[in-house]
Amino acid sequence: MKALLVGVMATALSVPAIAQKKYDAGANDKEIKIGNTNPYSGPASAYGQIGKAIAAYFKMVNDQGGVNGRKIDFVSYDDSYSPPKTVEMARKLVEQDQVLFLFQTLGTPSNTAIHKYMNTMKVPQLNVATGATKWNDPKNFKWTMGWQPNYQTEGRIYAKHIMATRPNAKVGILYQNDDYGKDYLKGMEDGFGAQASKYIVAKVSYEVSDPTVDSQIVQLQASGADTFFNITTPKFAAQAIRKAYDIGWKPVQYLNNVSISVGSVLTPAGLDKSVGLITAAYLKEPTDARWANDKGLEPFRTFMKKYMPDANIADNFNIYGYTVGQTLTAALKQCGDDLTRENVMRQAANLKSLRLETLLPGIVITTTPSDYAPIEAVQLQRFNGKQWELFGDVMTSQ
Amino acid sequence: MSRRALIALVVLAIVACALPFVVSNYRTFQFTLVLVYAIALLGLNILTGYNGQISLGHGAFYALGAYCTAILMDRFGVPYWATIPVAGAVCLVVGFLFGLPALRLEGLYLALATFALGVATPQLLKYHLLEKWTGGVQGIVIMKPSPPFGLPLNPDQWLYFFTLAIAAVMFILGYNLIRGRIGRALVAIRDQHIAAEAMGIHNALYKSLAFGVSAMFTGVAGALGAVAVQFVAPDSFNIFLSIVFLVGIVVGGLASIPGALYGALFIQFVPNIADEISKAAPWAIFGVFMIGFVYLMPTGVAGAVRLITARRRAP
Amino acid sequence: MDALLHQVLAGLATGGIYASLALALVMIYQATHLVNFAQGEMAMFTTYIGWSLVEAGMPYWAAFFLTVGAAFVLGVLIERVIIRPVEQAPVLAVVVVFIALLLILNSVTGWIYTYTIKTFPSPFPTQPLFGNRYLSSHELGAIGITLVVLALLYCFFRFTPLGLAMRAAAQNPESSRLVGIRVGWMLALGWGLAAAIGSIAGMMVAPIVYLDPNMMSGVLLYAFAAALVGGIDNPMGAVIGGFVVGVLENVLGAFVIGNELKLSVALVIIIGVLLVKPSGFFGRVQVTRV
Repeated sequence: MKALLVGVMATALSVPAIAQKKYDAGANDKEIKIGNTNPYSGPASAYGQIGKAIAAYFKMVNDQGGVNGRKIDFVSYDDSYSPPKTVEMARKLVEQDQVLFLFQTLGTPSNTAIHKYMNTMKVPQLNVATGATKWNDPKNFKWTMGWQPNYQTEGRIYAKHIMATRPNAKVGILYQNDDYGKDYLKGMEDGFGAQASKYIVAKVSYEVSDPTVDSQIVQLQASGADTFFNITTPKFAAQAIRKAYDIGWKPVQYLNNVSISVGSVLTPAGLDKSVGLITAAYLKEPTDARWANDKGLEPFRTFMKKYMPDANIADNFNIYGYTVGQTLTAALKQCGDDLTRENVMRQAANLKSLRLETLLPGIVITTTPSDYAPIEAVQLQRFNGKQWELFGDVMTSQ
Repeated sequence: MSRRALIALVVLAIVACALPFVVSNYRTFQFTLVLVYAIALLGLNILTGYNGQISLGHGAFYALGAYCTAILMDRFGVPYWATIPVAGAVCLVVGFLFGLPALRLEGLYLALATFALGVATPQLLKYHLLEKWTGGVQGIVIMKPSPPFGLPLNPDQWLYFFTLAIAAVMFILGYNLIRGRIGRALVAIRDQHIAAEAMGIHNALYKSLAFGVSAMFTGVAGALGAVAVQFVAPDSFNIFLSIVFLVGIVVGGLASIPGALYGALFIQFVPNIADEISKAAPWAIFGVFMIGFVYLMPTGVAGAVRLITARRRAP
Repeated sequence: MDALLHQVLAGLATGGIYASLALALVMIYQATHLVNFAQGEMAMFTTYIGWSLVEAGMPYWAAFFLTVGAAFVLGVLIERVIIRPVEQAPVLAVVVVFIALLLILNSVTGWIYTYTIKTFPSPFPTQPLFGNRYLSSHELGAIGITLVVLALLYCFFRFTPLGLAMRAAAQNPESSRLVGIRVGWMLALGWGLAAAIGSIAGMMVAPIVYLDPNMMSGVLLYAFAAALVGGIDNPMGAVIGGFVVGVLENVLGAFVIGNELKLSVALVIIIGVLLVKPSGFFGRVQVTRV
């Protein structure tokens, strides 16, 4: 009897305590507080749609019971795309609002401004909304992680494709004169390597404040280029595509991933004028006829109808926000009851081939402690006048 | 200065010194920015309020000061406190040089010229030939200064006091300037420039000087701002910054020294309030606030304060 | 050579955009002696109204004239409700109100219509004239409409008593009142007309640059420059200024200094012009008497 008692007690004592709940600031039994900055005002306010999409997504998550029973409190502030404001808002979120971590802060300069601060304060700067390459540096900046395939990789992929398919091509590049444009440009130049000067015959820039890029397109045609790398945001992409067609310039055109929406870029430009466009994508495009009956997109469509009825489903930013929200939710689910910042970072760096249905087939999300790039794969696709047709294999930055 | 004003100043000084120990680090950071903007607005007010030369491009001088500091600290290892006078000196010279051709332009035309300066600033900063120094679109990251001599302050508090000290110096400088001969000359030029010339005031010299001094103040503010935020990038210094400065001096009070402080409080805190009220259209709320302030206080907060205190004093 | 010609023609097309907004700026200046910074945003907002009408199924010209009318009413309302109370305030305070208007219109439009670009229809044929590849029919048509508006404005100010009354009210409100001009209503009329011209500018510009809330922000600086370079009180000068600025900008960017400094150099040249001719090419020189 006594032995039995001792035996039972020993067993009871040796059973590891059920994973205790561990919290850092911003997390408790009922909720997880997440911070974000987005440009809701100013010239970059179009990107503010991402913040709105994420907020709507978390509202849906909360309506469905939250993550492990906890509601997400998504606190987002406007930074007008101005780094000093981002610094101020990030400090407010971390020091005053006491959020658990920052998520999807938008803009390369904005994130650069808070990069050191976040790592000094040991607060995760998760899934930043920029395509710059510098966020994949776990050795030096353990608390910062990107999400989308970075711009330089995309530029490199296009360069490699050109070199493989048309070795005598003459490339003209139109780029937005900021970090986004220059990152893509660098990617392509790096992709060509030593032969960059042989391939690239013209590099022409524009400012966001320019009314049109018509003059730039005329310049590119005059340079004799027969290949065109179009690094523009949606409005200018539509202008560029249309103008190129109207002046009779028919280059092989590579369109950057930011502006591939059929509904909000190609249709205004003219579907007939967009035939032959090549791009590298990782998300499904909801207005693309190919996914019209896709079962995988149904939850997204339902989400848009119910939680963002006034938004435009053709706007890429909505599916982007939805998908990155899902990525975070998966990481948070993995955290279980250990909601320390350390563990959030650990689980974010521990996503094993996460498959989300809004991603193109064959693309999964993988992170490890030495690989802070969740999505590295893209696939080339070509526009046939009605929809994007995938071709080739899924490519990764290797 | 009247007794009342002196008492108000002493109270303000006490409050300013006690502030960092009473509020959180984050708020201290915000108030450091308020001081920075106050210096910038004082600069703009010297030019536009007291001398009547409209400038829609003062963001350019703010950027120049900020980049001076960033480049000196990052590329040449100059300590942060030594960069401030350099930034001021550079802006003084550049401002004066800009003021020379500006002499030919009046009112609207000067506004356009300065507007052009403000719009061109980000582009100039991104120019690839200057990239080696300016860091191009990636900008420059600056180290946060730590308190010297092992003072028992954290970096935010130290930075606040550093900025406060410089702000005090700049305000005293500005006060003496305005109250003295130069200030009277500036105002005379603003109100009746022909009469002023006739009375022997060298209009051209004083107007260019006004530009230079005004640029110097704003440049020093830019330098301090860069140290506080620890980052400079071209697109932070777009035309909107210049416009916000103009809004600041009008709301704070034209031709008024305390107006610079009121204006700084407005441009620092009201956008945050607007953001809290409406995420969907924060600028719209900010615009409504601006209109409200101008309706209620057409001569700025400083003007309203003057009215109230005057009414109180009159029997 | 062909490249140069192409850039010049492209410059005329963008110049037409600047010229049309510059006309609205001149109009408001003639009526109030103030430059309205919110003119571009008002033009953009009224163009969205036009877009909504077209989306609702209205035929183009009906929507066009209804929009112009709505813009006129909006202009008058803004003058009566927002500008009138600050009339006596210092000039800079009024400028701040303009800036506030700019912010409000931009923000509210983005909120109502989102930032996705919209296509705006054009009344002109899609086929370019004579199949040329330099200027589309719309761009030519837009330039044509700008010239028509210019002619109408010119006649209005030179030959009609109302135009004269408006100019008098702006120049010398005191004396104007003494001769019986209703200064208040002249101001409102000026605002209404400027808004109407702005809406025409917007509807001509939108098919070229696509409709989005930031459509006019870039245009405003150049329109401002064009109006001043041409002489702020001279509508013809503004239009010529617009074309000059457009061509200069394109040619400089393509052949001289590259696009990276295009903005800065164009502006330096504009300032240079102003230094040589401080009242603009065709403006009346301001003489101040002691």
